[in-house]
Amino acid sequence: MSAATVTGGALHRHLGSRAAAGRSLLVPYVMAGLPGWAELVGEFAAAGADAVEIGLPFSDPILDGPVICEAAERALAGGTTAATVLAELPGLAAQVPLVVMTYSNIVLHRGAPAFCAALRAAGVSGLIVPDVPFAEAAELGGACGAEGIDHVLLAAPSTPPGRLGEVAQRSRGFVYASAVMGTTGVREHLPATAARLAADLKALTGTPVLLGLGISSPASARAAAAVADGVVVGSALVRDVLEGRGPAEVGRRLAALRTALDEA
Amino acid sequence: MATVPALLTPTGSAPAALATDGRFGDYGGRFVPEALVPACEEVERAFTDAWADPRFRRDLDRLLAVHAGRPTALTPAWRLSAELGVTVLLKREDLAHTGSHKINNVLGQALLARRMGRGRLLAETGAGQHGVATATAAALLGLRATVYMGERDIERQALNVYRMEVLGAEVVPVRTGSRTLKDATSEALRAWVSCADEAHYCLGSVMGPHPYPTMVREFQRVIGDEARAQCARELPTAVPDHVVACVGGGSNAAGTFAGFLGTGARLVGVEAAGGAAITHGRPGTLHGFRSYVLQDEHGQVGEAHSVAAGLDYPGVGPEHAHLADTGRVHYTTVGDDEVLAAVHRLARTEGIICALESAHAVAWVLRAATSGELPRGCTVLVTLSGRGDKDIATLMAARDGAGDVR
Ligand SMILES: Cc1ncc(COP(=O)(O)O)c(C=O)c1O
Repeated sequence: MSAATVTGGALHRHLGSRAAAGRSLLVPYVMAGLPGWAELVGEFAAAGADAVEIGLPFSDPILDGPVICEAAERALAGGTTAATVLAELPGLAAQVPLVVMTYSNIVLHRGAPAFCAALRAAGVSGLIVPDVPFAEAAELGGACGAEGIDHVLLAAPSTPPGRLGEVAQRSRGFVYASAVMGTTGVREHLPATAARLAADLKALTGTPVLLGLGISSPASARAAAAVADGVVVGSALVRDVLEGRGPAEVGRRLAALRTALDEA
Repeated sequence: MATVPALLTPTGSAPAALATDGRFGDYGGRFVPEALVPACEEVERAFTDAWADPRFRRDLDRLLAVHAGRPTALTPAWRLSAELGVTVLLKREDLAHTGSHKINNVLGQALLARRMGRGRLLAETGAGQHGVATATAAALLGLRATVYMGERDIERQALNVYRMEVLGAEVVPVRTGSRTLKDATSEALRAWVSCADEAHYCLGSVMGPHPYPTMVREFQRVIGDEARAQCARELPTAVPDHVVACVGGGSNAAGTFAGFLGTGARLVGVEAAGGAAITHGRPGTLHGFRSYVLQDEHGQVGEAHSVAAGLDYPGVGPEHAHLADTGRVHYTTVGDDEVLAAVHRLARTEGIICALESAHAVAWVLRAATSGELPRGCTVLVTLSGRGDKDIATLMAARDGAGDVR
């Protein structure tokens, strides 16, 4: 594999140096627009998050399971839009890099260049768009590159070897390794498909490889950290928010995950 | 194929290979999670291979003939023609088994699923027509079927839910979002991610990620191919002046138009006024493809509302978006009242109760013949995509003046 021709942005450097120092990376997800979401970003940073994913709700999220679907519905019902969220982000003075996760229609609605410029203006350093697979990613990747936004690509257990190499090489910030063939959701154990995918990706790139989808408990986070550079945790935290737990309490769940990763 | 014996209905020349990248101008593509890309690629390879295989074509043609009842008739609408002063020909997909054109696509995909070694079909359904067709094809070929259906549609279409169950399919209620067709489609895509190795996603219209828009059009082009040959026998001009079909996702229209794109016929696609993605939508991505999509000013996908449940979809197949942009097809809308009137007019003049979806095409003909957009003496082919039995309760509610007949 040739050396990466594109250097990464702030997210890429931040996560890369932390992983190189031997830290297991922890990236929690926040559904923007739910009650307390802005405070939650600060709680997560204080509880040991290395970056925070900010979900911009979309009406038809095809990679999300019931928990995040419901969260998106509630956020939308409350009048949340990409514009309202991006306007609030600079005021958070977040202590860690922010990565926006949303679906392609939200991006294309403004046009990829304008959307990426708005991310940059809001202080966002990375972007994940799960329904833009590698083969469709050229335009979005270019728009991200032009604004210094790290475009995080997903790989899946079903991704064939050749494309895995391209995803590993092109992804910036981290490589999002889908732990399971499925959607986001709360799962008991680390799926059997996770270790193999993480190992394959780590052999292909020096960019941190983070396992996501269904990693919920300290035990599964610890198991993931043994094979990857860290984890993305979504539904387990969003479920707390949906059940009415406040930012401090949800932050404590993240702190427990941090402890599990540090012990791994 | 073991259980479908040899050819009875001879087909024409050897099938041509299909070369497409799944783009229709700026539209189409494959906007699905990376996890689903290999499954789409496998469907693409299998379909391309099957479509060029004369044996697959023979097996499908035979099923279409002996199970679905093809070819369907081309019926001159004698009395309506006399009243309107234009010659109206009806392509009778309402006579196909299960009552609509949906069976054409589903038999093709079910055969393909078997060829791919898949034992189960997944499908989304709104009104239930595609679900019933999928359950039917699954039963015919010994496959299992799982049909995703919005909770609201399950309430509105109880009869079709029970038909699916009688046919042995499992109907899964979808409780996300608006709990209608668009949410059922999202849920079917989600489900497919976790079972793509054993199940084939049998998508119901010319939408979704590549190769579905192309594949479903090819399975539906039998409508247009038959109609073209039938028009050549029926009309002194061989080709009608106008070809009209209703457009939900766009499969009966795509199949119809496929037979006439190379002719001089004027092609007209009729959307529901409350579900008119081409007329009122903007470019966007939904369910794996780029096309015109009904959406708000923030990019959230809207809900469609039509008296015809089968047209309640906020997107439209990508090829239609392209045909609209190039101007080759003219897209227009009709409202619920015109549609209800059209059902009754056709029933009284021709003895045919057509589906509310199909009545959109009829309603446009009635309007255009009155306005002069259809000049006196011209010839019009109208695809009747389905029969109206499923809509009787809606017609009764409309007669009784129920506020919401949807
Ligand atoms: C009778 C009938 N016509 C038309 C449609 C719309 O689908 P399409 O636009 O794909 O033909 C449906 C969908 O359920 C239908 O049942």
